[in-house]
Amino acid sequence: MKRVYKITLLLGITMLVASCHNDKAPNYQYFPNMYESVGYETYSESKAFANGQEGQLPAKGSINRGFEPYEYENSTAGYELAKANLKSPLDSLDRNSGKGKELYEIYCISCHGASGNGKGKLVEREKFLGVPSYKDREITEGSIFHVETYGLNAMGSHANQLSVHERWLVADYVLKLRSQL
Amino acid sequence: MKKVGNHNSNSRKMFLSLAMMLAFSFSSFAQDAAPAAPTEAAPAAATTGGDPVKGKALFNSNCAACHKLDAKSTGPALRGVADKHEKEWLYKWIHNSSDMIKSGDPAAVKLFNENNKSVMTSFPQLSNEDIDNIIAYTSEPKAEPAAALPGAQAGADAAQGSGSNNNVILGVLALVLVVLVVMLFMVNNVLRKVAKANGIEVAPKAQRTPIWKAFVKNQFLVLVSCVFLLLASGYFVYGYLMQVGVDQDYQPIQPIHYSHKIHAGDNEINCKYCHSAARVSKTAGIPSLNVCMNCHKNISEVAETTATPEYSKAFYDAQIQKLYDAVGWDKTTQSYTGKTQPVKWVRIHNLPDFVYFNHSQHVTVGGIECQTCHGPVETYEIQKQFAPLTMGWCVDCHRKTDVKMEGNGYYKKIHEELSKKYGVEKLTEAQMGGLECGKCHY
Ligand code: HEC
Ligand code: HEC
Ligand code: HEC
Ligand code: HEC
Ligand code: HEC
Ligand code: HEC
Ligand code: HEC
Repeated sequence: MKRVYKITLLLGITMLVASCHNDKAPNYQYFPNMYESVGYETYSESKAFANGQEGQLPAKGSINRGFEPYEYENSTAGYELAKANLKSPLDSLDRNSGKGKELYEIYCISCHGASGNGKGKLVEREKFLGVPSYKDREITEGSIFHVETYGLNAMGSHANQLSVHERWLVADYVLKLRSQL
Repeated sequence: MKKVGNHNSNSRKMFLSLAMMLAFSFSSFAQDAAPAAPTEAAPAAATTGGDPVKGKALFNSNCAACHKLDAKSTGPALRGVADKHEKEWLYKWIHNSSDMIKSGDPAAVKLFNENNKSVMTSFPQLSNEDIDNIIAYTSEPKAEPAAALPGAQAGADAAQGSGSNNNVILGVLALVLVVLVVMLFMVNNVLRKVAKANGIEVAPKAQRTPIWKAFVKNQFLVLVSCVFLLLASGYFVYGYLMQVGVDQDYQPIQPIHYSHKIHAGDNEINCKYCHSAARVSKTAGIPSLNVCMNCHKNISEVAETTATPEYSKAFYDAQIQKLYDAVGWDKTTQSYTGKTQPVKWVRIHNLPDFVYFNHSQHVTVGGIECQTCHGPVETYEIQKQFAPLTMGWCVDCHRKTDVKMEGNGYYKKIHEELSKKYGVEKLTEAQMGGLECGKCHY
């Protein structure tokens, strides 16, 4: 009988120790002061500013380095102007580098599909509807760039994922797809 | 040694106002522009004679970008429009709405103003028959949610049922086992009693030295077991100490239950769509909420089929609502309220500050898949840390992995020199200097 008690005790202790392991909290650390830095970490909470955040918005009107102004405004009129006048600055080396395809397959393929026919994975699964085939739209380099920058109705802006140069590469690839549809 | 809190100090804060600045949307909406949505009760009377199945296909490819059946999107909800307008009016409107507005049709002008002067695309290519089909589709009665539920419920029940069935079977087995053991005891007891009653002497057991006494007397055995015990405890203590500071499998509860399985797995969204900085910078970054809104302006709830026995549709919908609360998106008016709130994501992967790790070096230059280091993320319902992120882990991989030299002009010279030096064709990252302390430590 005693043996039974001992075995249950042992099992109980093992279980107790095992259950101490908790995936929801970080582990112990030897010298936390080497790991947890004294300076503010990116996007951390901090009492230094009134809104309790370490990262602050840049001052109004500031622009980042290498910023190129984009002079067409986000409106139907701006769209028409960009369609008519805006021309791509890419040279033939850029156009053939294959980078456009790579970027298209990251950012546009979910909705527009690999061939640009408007049948991407999200459309096929009926999660996101109303994506046109490129063939059905009168589009130019300029209008594609404009739409990537500002979005259009249900399509959102991709300007913070793609740099100006990258947007031109993608626009070029879209035209290539359109000519093959 | 100290137990630290969640890496809360590093919790990411989203700067929604910044996000909003970036997330220009083409058309803006006025708060007061909510038109009276058509009644949900379907107009069964409006039989248009079109084919609703063809209509659905046409609607999904042409109109669904701006119209939903039962909710306002860019344009008004379309269920039951056939009751609101004459058929001729609808043909004219859909073929060219801006002309009607210009010509001063009162209904058209009113609609235009109510919808904040957004322009509806013209569809001259649609024939009257096509439009009849679309109208037939919009005139279909709304599918009763109750009608859809029993099937789904039954499915869920079946799934649930098989789970609980297993448990019941296990429970019954355990019970049977216990009963068997008890019965054995009882039978033994009864037999003894019967034997006693019948006057049969059960032979008394011969007195033996207890086993522990025999063990203590054998000094060699004691020594061996002591050594064994020491080694074993040394092994466990070493194991315990080595895992201090390693956060493998760390899986905190996030403020929004965001599932990589649904996004990157089922819907095959590319990792870099959201973690777009991984291509070009040191950090991979957590997407700001305007990226989420590229899709979630349209996706305000999950499909019935997305729900699992563990997480219901209501649970998932509530998570999307949390996203809307954070960006300040009002679902009913389809516009931003301007009231935003940062999402405090809990940081999972966190190298100490004295280590330099660069994503673009590994992802873009080295061409390593995210999954090599982060595991099968596309199957995680809840994100966790897959790799130990110890120095040994980094160094191991640098010893084993060949550097991709082809097509990289930057490496041409060093490849020639080093491959001559080591007499090999392929160079590992370690041979390239990936073990030098200064490469990883500031
Ligand atoms: C979330 C889904 C989604 C993603 C991702 C997406 N689009 Fe679109 N796109 C749409 C929808 C919806 C429309 C139709 C908009 C409308 O006309 O109302 C559209 C329309 C367009 C048009 C036609 C616009 C016109 O002038 O008529 C172009 C060009 C386009 N997208 C390019 C892109 C490119 C390039 C990318 C990748 C950077 C991309 N899209 C990513 C959904 C998407
Ligand atoms: C570019 C976005 C867009 C597309 C695509 C679109 N619509 Fe519209 N639709 C609107 C807007 C916006 C309104 C509100 C009137 C306005 O502002 O011009 C509207 C209004 C309407 C109305 C009047 C609704 C009412 O409540 O009186 C009907 C009917 C209609 N659309 C049908 C269609 C059909 C059918 C299609 C597809 C063939 C379609 N629309 C495609 C944006 C769109
Ligand atoms: C739709 C956007 C989206 C996509 C696509 C996506 N992620 Fe994420 N990812 C997030 C968000 C939001 C978080 C923060 C919440 C969390 O940790 O669950 C995150 C967190 C992570 C983290 C943990 C970050 C930390 O705090 O240490 C890793 C690792 C990660 N993602 C890897 C991936 C990989 C690999 C893929 C592709 C298979 C992928 N993600 C695709 C949005 C996305
Ligand atoms: C490329 C499109 C896309 C982007 C970008 C996107 N989602 Fe989703 N999201 C979806 C789809 C599709 C579903 C599933 C809908 C369904 O199954 O019916 C979904 C479902 C969800 C759900 C409910 C299921 C779950 O995971 O709990 C939440 C919450 C969610 N998304 C949050 C986010 C957040 C937060 C972001 C930004 C980091 C984001 N989404 C970005 C397409 C997207
Ligand atoms: C060579 C291994 C490796 C590869 C490949 C890799 N990561 Fe990471 N990832 C890490 C390490 C290490 C960290 C921790 C970085 C830190 O704390 O500074 C990390 C951190 C992250 C984070 C947390 C936020 C951050 O930037 O610190 C995200 C999100 C992430 N990775 C996503 C991705 C995605 C998406 C990919 C694929 C495009 C990817 N990772 C490829 C090793 C890798
Ligand atoms: C999956 C394998 C793998 C893992 C894990 C890995 N690396 Fe690397 N690392 C590479 C490869 C391959 C390269 C060479 C990339 C190139 O330049 O083509 C590299 C390059 C580097 C470089 C640049 C070296 C130089 O010569 O300039 C640094 C720094 C680095 N890694 C740090 C780390 C750190 C820190 C970790 C752990 C947190 C880590 N790596 C984990 C594969 C890995
Ligand atoms: C491939 C990248 C890499 C190289 C090369 C590297 N380290 Fe490390 N080192 C790391 C990482 C990652 C950690 C953090 C481990 C952790 O957090 O558990 C670390 C941690 C350390 C620590 C602190 C250990 C602790 O637990 O606090 C020391 C000391 C150290 N490294 C010394 C060195 C020395 C000396 C060299 C040169 C011989 C070197 N490292 C080369 C990646 C590297």
